[in-house]
Amino acid sequence: MPSYEITDHYFDVVVVGAGGAGLRATLGMVTSGLKTACVTKVFPTRSHTVAAQGGIGAALDNMGQGDNWRYHMYDTVKGSDWLGDQDAIEYMCRNAIPSVIELEHYGVPFSRTDSGKIFQRPFGGHTVDYGKSQARRACAAADRTGHAILHTLYQQCLKHDAEFFIEYYALDLLMDDDGVCRGMLALKLDDGTLHRFNAHRVVLATGGYGRVYFSCTSAHTCTGDGNAMALRAGLPLQDMEFVQFHPTGVYGAGVLITEGARGEGGYMTNSEGERFMERYAPTSKDLASRDVVSRAMTVEINEGRGVGPNKDHILLHLEHVDPATLHERLPGITETARIFCGVDITQQPIPVLPTVHYNMGGIPTNYHGEVLSPNKSDQNAVVPGLMAIGEAACVSVHGANRLGTNSLLDIVVFGRAAAYRAAETVQAGATHAPIPAKATEKALQRLDHIRQAKGKSTTAEVRLQMQHAMQRHAAVFRSSQSLTEGVEKMDNVSAGMQDIGVQDQSLIWNTDLIEALELDNLMSQALVTMRSAEHRTESRGAHAHEDFPDRDDKDWMKHTVMWLDENNKSRIDYRSVILNTLTNEVESIPPVARVY
Amino acid sequence: MAEFTLPKHSKVQKGKIHPSPEGAERTKTFNIYRWSPDDEDNPRMDSYTIDLDECGPMVLDALIKIKGEQDQTVTFRRSCREGICGSCSMNVDGTNTLACLKPIDEVKGDVTITPLPHMPVIKDLVPDLSHAYAQLQSIEPWLKTDTPAPENGERLQTPKEREELDGMWECVLCFSCSTACPSYWWNGDKYLGPAVLLQAYRWIADSRDESTGERLDALEDPFRLYRCHTIMNCTKTCPKGLNPGKAIANIKKLQLERH
Ligand SMILES: Cc1cc2nc3c(=O)[nH]c(=O)nc-3n(C[C@H](O)[C@H](O)[C@H](O)COP(=O)(O)OP(=O)(O)OC[C@H]3O[C@@H](n4cnc5c(N)ncnc54)[C@H](O)[C@@H]3O)c2cc1C
Ligand code: SF4
Ligand code: FES
Repeated sequence: MPSYEITDHYFDVVVVGAGGAGLRATLGMVTSGLKTACVTKVFPTRSHTVAAQGGIGAALDNMGQGDNWRYHMYDTVKGSDWLGDQDAIEYMCRNAIPSVIELEHYGVPFSRTDSGKIFQRPFGGHTVDYGKSQARRACAAADRTGHAILHTLYQQCLKHDAEFFIEYYALDLLMDDDGVCRGMLALKLDDGTLHRFNAHRVVLATGGYGRVYFSCTSAHTCTGDGNAMALRAGLPLQDMEFVQFHPTGVYGAGVLITEGARGEGGYMTNSEGERFMERYAPTSKDLASRDVVSRAMTVEINEGRGVGPNKDHILLHLEHVDPATLHERLPGITETARIFCGVDITQQPIPVLPTVHYNMGGIPTNYHGEVLSPNKSDQNAVVPGLMAIGEAACVSVHGANRLGTNSLLDIVVFGRAAAYRAAETVQAGATHAPIPAKATEKALQRLDHIRQAKGKSTTAEVRLQMQHAMQRHAAVFRSSQSLTEGVEKMDNVSAGMQDIGVQDQSLIWNTDLIEALELDNLMSQALVTMRSAEHRTESRGAHAHEDFPDRDDKDWMKHTVMWLDENNKSRIDYRSVILNTLTNEVESIPPVARVY
Repeated sequence: MAEFTLPKHSKVQKGKIHPSPEGAERTKTFNIYRWSPDDEDNPRMDSYTIDLDECGPMVLDALIKIKGEQDQTVTFRRSCREGICGSCSMNVDGTNTLACLKPIDEVKGDVTITPLPHMPVIKDLVPDLSHAYAQLQSIEPWLKTDTPAPENGERLQTPKEREELDGMWECVLCFSCSTACPSYWWNGDKYLGPAVLLQAYRWIADSRDESTGERLDALEDPFRLYRCHTIMNCTKTCPKGLNPGKAIANIKKLQLERH
């Protein structure tokens, strides 16, 4: 291995990621006086949060329906199919209100009601009065809410002079012998230099890993690097079998049409022109929870009622919606439909298909954002020095199925919570404990190994094999057979990593190398996802198992946690779901059958 | 007689040719600007011919296909592939645009792809945008108020006031506009350029912001604002259909009204 020169940096906190989660955390840390670095592989406003469309959930009750955070909590617990931790869900739904108001104060250009308040629209699974009627809870900036929030958070970070390390690619966590996280190693893209960040806290805010699938709504950069870094640090990932398929990805292109489209009155039909959702969810219809709608669409297609020459998709109608509403509230998807499927939504329906969209699973944390590594004596043991927030984390507020608008909420609420926690627990300016040389050495070896890889396959080929295997075997519906085969196939595909070749030898903006590193990260998450899914012999939320079609609370109301070693051997364990609420101002919501 | 030499790396040479795969019926050739700081070579145009029947509809799809199948070393930025992150701005067929929103079949003949013009190149299609980002920061692009925010609610804004921001807040900071502007090419060190001026006006136009005067003072400068000669390349090129030219005109109008 050639010797790599390393520049050391010393911070109180280093946040990895500048999406909504990373920026909200950075902002909170900086304003509380902690010396904070925000390290990101893309310029902050290019993070995937920018693509979020429909809204951020908070029971502000601006639309005068009597909405309150208890209803929001009930919907979230029910949406999670009782796999969400109720203490964290209470924390999120209560803090939604001040967190969203704070965003407005920061300058987010929310759409407005006639009285000048934040405009709120209906979304799937949002109800008033414990399921009785549809709620309008999604706070929206037209259909570009993520863009509005992400840009505003970046502006606030500029205002407070946050220190950014932009286009730095985080390689690995640096752990000491006692399992304390001491820092992180990163590669600076524009000159190929290496940077070691020494910090009292590392906060992983690296987003989801949608790109393990062939067709997804997520960006090319959604490779879950932080999740893979956690695995390599000997930490487990939680509930990775729960992958959300969004009902309305554009057929072919995979780009998203927000659920807000159905919130504004859109509905879907099959090849017979039937509004089939009425059969599957008599009350909520097209606005049932995402897992329910995606399954219904898949059943329609499987039973021969899909549209198109191959009867392989569904139609989403907006032609009947007032063009003024489309113009004001859905300008983004109007443009998307025109560009990506040549459809004028005022005249024609949009061809759609359930598409991979969100990862409920991730790095287990408590509601402060502290990373957990369960052990024999304590299933909630905290990993010192390490936090995780956003889509990378599994708090778990989304359980087995996330409600629309709860992710933008999650990233803001827990970004904020992590900052509060760090302010409480980190002593600003304290001396840094040394990072053991072998931690850096190990990270460098991996980098060098991949950089020098001389195999015959390309990153693109191996990535495609992985994506096809996942798409086929860990789909909307799973079965014992599809999963057993999937596990085997993924073992073979991942062995293919030994044979990849990196051609670009430069260290400057070497995307050939970065894509190979990202593939290595994706691969470990694909393995954990498939194997976790194979173990769960029940159906819950997004995990729909044909051989075990019912939810089994007796044996399976528990979180999967899975570790993966360097030889791709995994170890599985479980954590119980936290049913206790945070305060006695709300009662725990007992599990019942989920109907919409 | 004085001898002229062109500045280093300004001469673009013909490069490698990557032919189309066998059996392809509908092919298209992409000529891509290549330059790497690792050697002393001049930039070159490499040419790649691909099978359109095996490729998505957008220029970004073609670039990803080329990188995946023909040449792993081709370097460009991309993320969202749906025109919202602003990563993939480049010059396609003579126009600055987002590669992920540019249909291949809009280009007649070969497709020529070069980096955003007149920006320092880091490698291939990746320009160094740090100066543009610093200019953005210089206009203090955040909400400024003296009045404290209401304790338990939002600052109110009517739908009409909010509408004033439409066409500005949606900017994806791709800098296609600024790098299409001759004034920015020649005076980009001091002239803020359309992308940044659009953001400046976005805050001036926000009914919640209370520092319009201060913002206008900061722009009252022969270079920062008035290097705009209303050439309107910015508005023509904006891949998001925004109108930075109009925003600049509005700032100039407000300046006039103050005097
Ligand atoms: C199309 C679409 C629409 C959506 N709409 C909504 C919606 O309307 N409402 C809602 O609630 N949710 C929505 N979601 C979900 C939500 O947008 C995401 O879950 C959320 O934005 C994730 O935010 P994040 O901050 O965790 O991660 P991201 O925004 O993905 O940010 C990840 C950050 O980590 C950095 N990073 C990653 N790896 C590395 C590395 N190795 N080194 C350095 N930096 C790294 C990246 O540069 C980036 O800054 C939508 C998702 C999609 C795909
Ligand atoms: S105004 Fe248009 S071209 Fe200019 S930076 Fe914004 S989106 Fe890009
Ligand atoms: S990849 Fe995001 S704008 Fe093109």
